[in-house]
Amino acid sequence: MPVRVGIAVFPGTWSERDCQHAVTLAGGEAVFLWHKERTLRGCDLLILPGGFAHGDYLRAGAIAAFSPLMEEVKEFARRGGPVLGICNGFQILCEAGMLPGALLRNQGLQFRCQPTHLRVESGQGPFMSQLPVASVLSIPISHGEGRYFADAPTLDRLKEEGRVAFRYCSQEGELGSNHNPNGSVDAIAGILNAQGNVLGMMPHPERACEPLLGSADGLQLFSAVLPQLVSR
Amino acid sequence: MKPVVNDPQGLVVADALHTLGYPEVRGARVGKYIEVQLDLVDEAAARARVDEMCRRLLCNGVIEDYSYTLRRGVR
Repeated sequence: MPVRVGIAVFPGTWSERDCQHAVTLAGGEAVFLWHKERTLRGCDLLILPGGFAHGDYLRAGAIAAFSPLMEEVKEFARRGGPVLGICNGFQILCEAGMLPGALLRNQGLQFRCQPTHLRVESGQGPFMSQLPVASVLSIPISHGEGRYFADAPTLDRLKEEGRVAFRYCSQEGELGSNHNPNGSVDAIAGILNAQGNVLGMMPHPERACEPLLGSADGLQLFSAVLPQLVSR
Repeated sequence: MKPVVNDPQGLVVADALHTLGYPEVRGARVGKYIEVQLDLVDEAAARARVDEMCRRLLCNGVIEDYSYTLRRGVR
């Protein structure tokens, strides 16, 4: 039995098919979950994909955070179920209070769609445990509002608890403002919740799943997490 | 935007005002303006409801502060 992966679809979501492709490549079975549903249909893993849910009206992710489906997602995460929020999905997780901080307009005020390098910063939780810490992944970004912000006490807590998942870096893994595409505080590209089962990240691993696309590094993330769920 | 949040839009606006000959501009912050029409007559009740709306949806407390004024309208 393949792992059932639920992919949330809101009005304006645009990456659900790419996520489906990535899940299929990793050996899972993708199921689309409409935002008005109140059931997760027995899924073992949930993905909130990228896009512009509800047109990014008010703030990116602000309206989607109140969708009926999100109540189920929260309950699933509370029970330890793995949840991956990508790009707009990360914004939704922050707006829903499932991850700390917020995502602001990019420093340069422009939408950035480009390859980036990410340094693996944490080995916690189902998403990160199979990725070698300090390894570098090539995964693209595609967003206008991806500048991660959290106040100083929150940042300290994230760092102390090893909850910074990825940082933007050079190809060699070095940090620096010229490798930070959006001005995120501490070059943060992704973070974990306290239990490590919820990961939010701005880059799109599903768009780096085949060498033909320029990189297959993103597939590692899906391939790492799915086998753990088979044995559950 | 809270003072602690960097506001690049505000910086660009301040820059443009300097260029236009307003050297007295010390800074600018770009925010959001929302009009909400309420079916309420009692001011205290209106304040309580608007505060709740701001906290729950209209304002993200992580990055934004809010203030509001109430104006009596006609139906």
